[in-house]
Amino acid sequence: MSSLITRRALVTGGAVTAGLLLSGCDRVAQNPGFRKILLSGDAMNQGLQRALTNRGALAPEFRPDQMSPRFRTNGTANPNTPSYNAMVAENFAHWRLQVGGLVVRPLDLSLAQLRSMPARSQITRHDCVEGWSAIGKWQGPMLGTLLKLAGIRDAARYIVFTCADLYGGQPYYESIDLIDAFHPQTILAWAMNDTLLDVGHGAPIRLRVERQLGYKHAKYVMRIDAVASLAGIGLGKGGYWEDRVDYDWYAGI
Amino acid sequence: MILIGSGLTILNAHPHLYWGAYGANFDHAWLHTPRAPSWLTIPAGYNLAIARRWHLLFALVLAFGLLLFMVSSLINKHFQKDLRIRLAELSPAHLWFDLKEHLAFRFHDPNHPGAFNIFQKLSYALTIFVLIPLMILTGLTLSPGMNAAWPWLLDLFGGRQSARSIHFIAASGLVLFIIVHLVLVILAGAWNEVRSMITGRWTVPEDDQ
Repeated sequence: MSSLITRRALVTGGAVTAGLLLSGCDRVAQNPGFRKILLSGDAMNQGLQRALTNRGALAPEFRPDQMSPRFRTNGTANPNTPSYNAMVAENFAHWRLQVGGLVVRPLDLSLAQLRSMPARSQITRHDCVEGWSAIGKWQGPMLGTLLKLAGIRDAARYIVFTCADLYGGQPYYESIDLIDAFHPQTILAWAMNDTLLDVGHGAPIRLRVERQLGYKHAKYVMRIDAVASLAGIGLGKGGYWEDRVDYDWYAGI
Repeated sequence: MILIGSGLTILNAHPHLYWGAYGANFDHAWLHTPRAPSWLTIPAGYNLAIARRWHLLFALVLAFGLLLFMVSSLINKHFQKDLRIRLAELSPAHLWFDLKEHLAFRFHDPNHPGAFNIFQKLSYALTIFVLIPLMILTGLTLSPGMNAAWPWLLDLFGGRQSARSIHFIAASGLVLFIIVHLVLVILAGAWNEVRSMITGRWTVPEDDQ
């Protein structure tokens, strides 16, 4: 008898919930309490993924013959701001990358200095949040190398990337945690498919943070900051798309 | 329902399906799906971010719900009692007999009116042990994070875009199952059947007695 009651309660409860949801998913999603639950799925998935899997595991790498014949561009194809256009005109000769925030030795690097650093070369798959994938070859120094050079302070929890392109007048930005920042496949790529990175794909450097979706791979990176919290940056959710339209911050799925 | 609705929004973001490890505009798609109308999608307007929020939260509900159902069905012997498929039931003669019974709208064996018939058993087994697990595994294969940790998923399904295609095909199978299931429930006497699903109490229909 007890099992009957449990079963009845369970199924009826489930049916009522389903009914409520179907009567207006969109209305429910606007309810602040439910919204919180809805947005908590990202943290649950991150927690589960990190708990169940090896957090140092490498994303699959491919052979040259497995590469996409053509790697489409997405997002900003050209920042097209006066300052960016000026940099393109002089072939990024005076472009500088700033590394700052909670670091012991802030860095100010030229493109030549970045290109002379030991580089990692990897053929990986780029997965857009929309569903398409492309395989390309990327080359550049590991982000971890730069962060070690700068010396991250103990209080730092996240790495924030500020970009040259504007979206709705705001600079595009993204952030990752230290686990992903020090992952060996997380690089600042200055070459793609054996040629210098072109404007469409993020010249002069873009972040490659394999194991996450495309919008985390910030293009046109100008500044890198180590921070203790994402609260004061942008609208506080850790990235342009996260701030504007509720994309997940941990884009591991 | 939530997973199907939000899944359709996600499909609308890139309504092309490919085989292999990559696939984007300019690559060969084996299927261009028609755009899902907004009355079928969650949310009703196109919002990929919110659709993903629904999808990835309720994917957890589905996966852990299935796990709970499987464990409890083993413990309370629901699987062993009601779903075990006997060899005799798979004989062509029996299948043919059951098909004729279905076509005559007689769904219950007069001698064992509470038992599932062979088509029910086969479709339930296909759904519980093949389609839903396939949805979960191909769904995990779409995660670049899981690809790093469990690369065997990619080997199993032949690449991320193949997994995405299989995810779509299995979802279509589930939709078909739901439609056929609902039609048969209505044909078999909706009130009696729904009450039996919820409470476990089922009365033998009068015309079967």
